[in-house]
Amino acid sequence: MNTPTPTILLVEDDANDVLLLQRALRKSNLKSHMQVASDGELATSYLCGEGDFADRATYPLPSLVVLDLKLPRKSGLEVLEWIRQQKRPLNLLPVVILTSSRQARDIDKAYELGANFYHVKPGEFDRLLDIVKSLDTYWFFLNETPHLPK
Amino acid sequence: MTLSNFTILLVEDDSNDAVLLQRAFKKAEISTMLQVATDGEEATAYLKGEGKFGDRSQFPFPSLMLLDLKLPRKSGLEVLAWTREQNDEIKNMPVIVLTSSRQTTDIDEAYSLGANSYMAKPEGNFEGLAEMVKSLERARGGE
Repeated sequence: MNTPTPTILLVEDDANDVLLLQRALRKSNLKSHMQVASDGELATSYLCGEGDFADRATYPLPSLVVLDLKLPRKSGLEVLEWIRQQKRPLNLLPVVILTSSRQARDIDKAYELGANFYHVKPGEFDRLLDIVKSLDTYWFFLNETPHLPK
Repeated sequence: MTLSNFTILLVEDDSNDAVLLQRAFKKAEISTMLQVATDGEEATAYLKGEGKFGDRSQFPFPSLMLLDLKLPRKSGLEVLAWTREQNDEIKNMPVIVLTSSRQTTDIDEAYSLGANSYMAKPEGNFEGLAEMVKSLERARGGE
Protein backbone atom coordinates (compact mmCIF):
# COMPACT_ATOMS: atom_id res chain seq x y z
CA MET A 1 0.00 0.00 0.00
CA ASN A 2 1.37 3.42 -0.94
CA THR A 3 1.19 6.10 1.70
CA PRO A 4 0.90 9.49 0.02
CA THR A 5 3.72 12.01 0.53
CA PRO A 6 2.85 14.28 3.43
CA THR A 7 2.70 18.03 2.99
CA ILE A 8 4.27 20.75 5.11
CA LEU A 9 2.54 24.12 4.99
CA LEU A 10 5.23 26.75 5.52
CA VAL A 11 3.76 30.10 6.53
CA GLU A 12 6.51 32.59 5.86
CA ASP A 13 6.49 36.02 4.24
CA ASP A 14 10.20 36.37 3.51
CA ALA A 15 10.21 35.57 -0.19
CA ASN A 16 13.97 35.22 -0.29
CA ASP A 17 14.08 32.61 2.48
CA VAL A 18 11.24 30.75 0.80
CA LEU A 19 12.95 30.68 -2.59
CA LEU A 20 16.27 29.53 -1.14
CA LEU A 21 14.58 26.88 0.98
CA GLN A 22 12.53 25.46 -1.86
CA ARG A 23 15.59 25.26 -4.08
CA ALA A 24 17.68 23.58 -1.39
CA LEU A 25 14.94 21.20 -0.32
CA ARG A 26 14.41 19.98 -3.89
CA LYS A 27 17.92 18.52 -3.73
CA SER A 28 17.35 16.93 -0.34
CA ASN A 29 15.85 13.57 0.36
CA LEU A 30 12.81 14.83 2.18
CA LYS A 31 9.82 12.77 3.18
CA SER A 32 7.46 15.65 2.46
CA HIS A 33 6.35 18.20 -0.11
CA MET A 34 6.22 21.83 0.83
CA GLN A 35 3.47 24.36 0.19
CA VAL A 36 3.92 27.99 1.11
CA ALA A 37 1.50 30.63 2.34
CA SER A 38 2.98 34.12 2.44
CA ASP A 39 0.59 35.66 4.96
CA GLY A 40 -1.77 34.67 7.74
CA GLU A 41 -4.97 35.04 5.70
CA LEU A 42 -3.64 32.81 2.93
CA ALA A 43 -2.69 30.26 5.57
CA THR A 44 -6.20 30.02 7.00
CA SER A 45 -7.73 30.02 3.50
CA TYR A 46 -5.44 27.17 2.55
CA LEU A 47 -6.46 25.18 5.60
CA CYS A 48 -10.16 25.90 5.01
CA GLY A 49 -9.89 24.89 1.38
CA GLU A 50 -11.25 28.26 0.24
CA GLY A 51 -11.19 29.39 -3.39
CA ASP A 52 -8.29 27.86 -5.32
CA PHE A 53 -7.32 25.83 -2.27
CA ALA A 54 -10.45 23.71 -2.63
CA ASP A 55 -8.42 21.75 -5.18
CA ARG A 56 -6.92 19.29 -2.68
CA ALA A 57 -5.06 17.44 -5.40
CA THR A 58 -2.95 20.56 -5.97
CA TYR A 59 -3.18 21.90 -2.43
CA PRO A 60 -3.28 18.93 -0.07
CA LEU A 61 -4.17 19.35 3.54
CA PRO A 62 -0.84 19.49 5.40
CA SER A 63 0.30 17.13 8.14
CA LEU A 64 2.45 19.86 9.66
CA VAL A 65 2.33 23.66 9.71
CA VAL A 66 5.60 25.57 10.13
CA LEU A 67 4.61 29.04 11.18
CA ASP A 68 6.47 32.33 11.43
CA LEU A 69 5.07 34.77 13.98
CA LYS A 70 5.61 38.03 12.08
CA LEU A 71 3.21 37.86 9.16
CA PRO A 72 1.17 40.35 7.18
CA ARG A 73 -2.64 40.37 7.37
CA LYS A 74 -2.92 37.92 10.27
CA SER A 75 -0.14 37.21 12.74
CA GLY A 76 1.27 33.77 13.40
CA LEU A 77 -0.30 33.66 16.85
CA GLU A 78 -3.70 34.51 15.33
CA VAL A 79 -3.29 31.72 12.78
CA LEU A 80 -2.34 29.31 15.58
CA GLU A 81 -5.31 30.36 17.68
CA TRP A 82 -7.60 29.95 14.67
CA ILE A 83 -6.33 26.43 14.00
CA ARG A 84 -6.91 25.34 17.59
CA GLN A 85 -10.48 26.67 17.44
CA GLN A 86 -11.44 24.55 14.45
CA LYS A 87 -13.39 21.29 14.60
CA ARG A 88 -11.63 17.97 15.03
CA PRO A 89 -9.44 16.87 13.47
CA LEU A 90 -8.12 20.20 12.05
CA ASN A 91 -7.66 21.53 15.59
CA LEU A 92 -5.14 18.73 16.25
CA LEU A 93 -2.94 19.67 13.30
CA PRO A 94 0.69 19.81 14.49
CA VAL A 95 1.96 23.40 14.37
CA VAL A 96 5.56 24.39 15.05
CA ILE A 97 6.68 27.97 15.33
CA LEU A 98 9.83 28.93 13.42
CA THR A 99 10.54 32.57 14.02
CA SER A 100 13.28 35.03 14.85
CA SER A 101 11.92 36.07 18.23
CA ARG A 102 13.59 34.66 21.33
CA GLN A 103 11.35 36.63 23.66
CA ALA A 104 10.09 34.56 26.57
CA ARG A 105 6.65 36.13 26.25
CA ASP A 106 6.35 35.01 22.59
CA ILE A 107 7.48 31.51 23.49
CA ASP A 108 5.12 31.29 26.47
CA LYS A 109 2.20 32.68 24.46
CA ALA A 110 2.81 30.25 21.61
CA TYR A 111 2.75 27.24 23.95
CA GLU A 112 -0.28 28.64 25.72
CA LEU A 113 -2.14 28.89 22.39
CA GLY A 114 -1.22 25.30 21.58
CA ALA A 115 1.95 25.32 19.49
CA ASN A 116 3.55 21.90 19.46
CA PHE A 117 7.08 23.27 19.50
CA TYR A 118 8.84 26.61 19.24
CA HIS A 119 12.05 26.96 17.25
CA VAL A 120 14.17 30.04 16.69
CA LYS A 121 15.23 30.87 13.13
CA PRO A 122 19.00 30.95 12.94
CA GLY A 123 20.76 33.81 11.15
CA GLU A 124 22.62 31.65 8.65
CA PHE A 125 20.72 30.02 5.80
CA ASP A 126 22.54 26.69 6.14
CA ARG A 127 21.30 26.28 9.68
CA LEU A 128 17.77 27.25 8.62
CA LEU A 129 17.93 24.52 6.01
CA ASP A 130 19.13 22.07 8.68
CA ILE A 131 16.19 22.92 10.92
CA VAL A 132 13.66 22.36 8.14
CA LYS A 133 15.28 19.02 7.28
CA SER A 134 15.27 17.92 10.90
CA LEU A 135 11.61 18.99 11.24
CA ASP A 136 10.84 16.77 8.26
CA THR A 137 12.67 13.82 9.86
CA TYR A 138 11.15 14.36 13.27
CA TRP A 139 7.53 14.95 12.27
CA PHE A 140 7.30 12.42 9.45
CA PHE A 141 9.60 9.69 10.62
CA LEU A 142 9.87 9.82 14.39
CA ASN A 143 6.69 11.43 15.57
CA GLU A 144 3.33 9.64 15.49
CA THR A 145 0.83 12.15 14.12
CA PRO A 146 -2.81 12.29 15.08
CA HIS A 147 -5.14 10.83 12.49
CA LEU A 148 -6.18 13.56 10.08
CA PRO A 149 -8.08 13.16 6.81
CA LYS A 150 -5.95 13.35 3.66
CA MET B 1 30.31 22.02 32.04
CA THR B 2 27.82 24.41 30.53
CA LEU B 3 25.01 25.32 32.84
CA SER B 4 21.68 25.70 31.17
CA ASN B 5 18.37 26.84 32.58
CA PHE B 6 16.65 24.16 30.51
CA THR B 7 15.60 21.25 32.69
CA ILE B 8 13.87 18.16 31.34
CA LEU B 9 11.68 15.95 33.47
CA LEU B 10 11.78 12.36 32.22
CA VAL B 11 8.91 10.28 33.57
CA GLU B 12 10.00 6.72 32.99
CA ASP B 13 9.99 3.61 35.16
CA ASP B 14 12.29 1.58 32.90
CA SER B 15 15.84 2.36 34.00
CA ASN B 16 17.35 0.93 30.80
CA ASP B 17 15.43 3.39 28.67
CA ALA B 18 16.39 6.21 31.01
CA VAL B 19 20.09 5.37 30.61
CA LEU B 20 19.84 5.11 26.81
CA LEU B 21 18.18 8.48 26.66
CA GLN B 22 20.74 10.11 28.93
CA ARG B 23 23.50 8.71 26.75
CA ALA B 24 21.91 10.06 23.55
CA PHE B 25 21.56 13.49 25.12
CA LYS B 26 25.16 13.48 26.27
CA LYS B 27 26.31 12.48 22.78
CA ALA B 28 24.27 15.29 21.22
CA GLU B 29 26.00 17.67 23.63
CA ILE B 30 22.78 18.87 25.12
CA SER B 31 23.70 20.93 28.14
CA THR B 32 20.36 20.42 29.79
CA MET B 33 19.71 18.92 33.20
CA LEU B 34 17.72 15.69 33.13
CA GLN B 35 15.57 14.89 36.15
CA VAL B 36 13.86 11.51 36.40
CA ALA B 37 10.56 10.58 38.03
CA THR B 38 9.83 6.85 38.08
CA ASP B 39 6.07 6.92 38.49
CA GLY B 40 3.06 9.16 37.86
CA GLU B 41 2.69 10.34 41.45
CA GLU B 42 6.34 11.36 41.64
CA ALA B 43 5.88 13.29 38.38
CA THR B 44 2.96 15.36 39.69
CA ALA B 45 4.72 15.92 43.03
CA TYR B 46 7.78 17.19 41.14
CA LEU B 47 5.68 19.60 39.10
CA LYS B 48 3.79 20.84 42.15
CA GLY B 49 7.03 21.30 44.07
CA GLU B 50 5.83 19.03 46.86
CA GLY B 51 8.10 17.75 49.60
CA LYS B 52 11.74 17.64 48.57
CA PHE B 53 10.81 18.99 45.13
CA GLY B 54 10.04 22.29 46.80
CA ASP B 55 13.76 22.98 46.63
CA ARG B 56 13.80 24.44 43.12
CA SER B 57 17.54 24.99 43.19
CA GLN B 58 17.94 21.21 43.29
CA PHE B 59 14.77 20.35 41.36
CA PRO B 60 14.17 23.16 38.86
CA PHE B 61 10.82 23.48 37.18
CA PRO B 62 11.14 21.70 33.82
CA SER B 63 11.00 23.36 30.39
CA LEU B 64 9.98 20.04 28.84
CA MET B 65 8.53 16.74 30.03
CA LEU B 66 9.15 13.37 28.39
CA LEU B 67 6.35 11.11 29.50
CA ASP B 68 5.95 7.36 29.25
CA LEU B 69 2.36 6.12 29.21
CA LYS B 70 2.81 2.89 31.12
CA LEU B 71 3.66 3.99 34.63
CA PRO B 72 3.02 2.70 38.13
CA ARG B 73 0.72 4.61 40.48
CA LYS B 74 -0.70 7.01 37.88
CA SER B 75 -0.69 6.41 34.14
CA GLY B 76 0.97 8.74 31.67
CA LEU B 77 -2.39 9.81 30.24
CA GLU B 78 -3.61 10.66 33.76
CA VAL B 79 -0.49 12.72 34.38
CA LEU B 80 -0.97 14.49 31.06
CA ALA B 81 -4.64 15.24 31.73
CA TRP B 82 -3.68 16.50 35.21
CA THR B 83 -1.05 18.94 33.86
CA ARG B 84 -3.58 20.55 31.52
CA GLU B 85 -5.83 21.38 34.48
CA GLN B 86 -3.15 23.16 36.48
CA ASN B 87 -1.86 26.72 36.59
CA ASP B 88 -0.34 28.28 33.46
CA GLU B 89 3.23 27.29 34.20
CA ILE B 90 2.40 23.57 34.39
CA LYS B 91 -0.40 23.69 31.81
CA ASN B 92 1.71 25.27 29.07
CA MET B 93 4.80 23.13 29.54
CA PRO B 94 5.52 21.11 26.40
CA VAL B 95 5.08 17.35 26.81
CA ILE B 96 6.47 14.70 24.51
CA VAL B 97 4.83 11.33 25.05
CA LEU B 98 7.58 8.74 24.68
CA THR B 99 6.18 5.25 24.86
CA SER B 100 6.14 1.80 23.33
CA SER B 101 2.47 1.95 22.27
CA ARG B 102 1.69 2.65 18.62
CA GLN B 103 -2.05 2.21 19.17
CA THR B 104 -4.11 4.77 17.24
CA THR B 105 -6.37 5.24 20.26
CA ASP B 106 -3.43 6.07 22.54
CA ILE B 107 -1.97 8.47 19.98
CA ASP B 108 -5.19 10.36 19.36
CA GLU B 109 -6.06 10.39 23.06
CA ALA B 110 -2.66 11.83 23.95
CA TYR B 111 -3.04 14.62 21.40
CA SER B 112 -6.62 15.34 22.57
CA LEU B 113 -5.30 15.65 26.10
CA GLY B 114 -2.73 18.16 24.90
CA ALA B 115 0.46 16.26 24.18
CA ASN B 116 2.82 18.32 22.03
CA SER B 117 4.29 15.30 20.32
CA TYR B 118 4.09 11.52 20.46
CA MET B 119 7.04 9.31 19.86
CA ALA B 120 7.00 5.54 19.83
CA LYS B 121 10.20 4.46 21.53
CA PRO B 122 12.81 3.74 18.93
CA GLU B 123 14.74 0.54 19.31
CA GLY B 124 17.38 2.03 21.59
CA ASN B 125 18.09 4.99 19.33
CA PHE B 126 17.17 8.37 20.77
CA GLU B 127 19.35 10.48 18.48
CA GLY B 128 16.48 12.03 16.54
CA LEU B 129 14.77 12.99 19.79
CA ALA B 130 18.03 14.45 21.10
CA GLU B 131 18.35 16.67 18.01
CA MET B 132 14.82 17.98 18.45
CA VAL B 133 15.36 18.64 22.15
CA LYS B 134 18.55 20.53 21.33
CA SER B 135 16.59 22.85 19.06
CA LEU B 136 13.99 23.45 21.76
CA GLU B 137 16.73 24.20 24.25
CA ARG B 138 18.24 26.75 21.86
CA ALA B 139 14.99 28.66 21.69
CA ARG B 140 15.01 29.05 25.47
CA GLY B 141 18.51 30.47 25.34
CA GLY B 142 20.26 27.31 26.38
CA GLU B 143 23.15 27.87 24.02
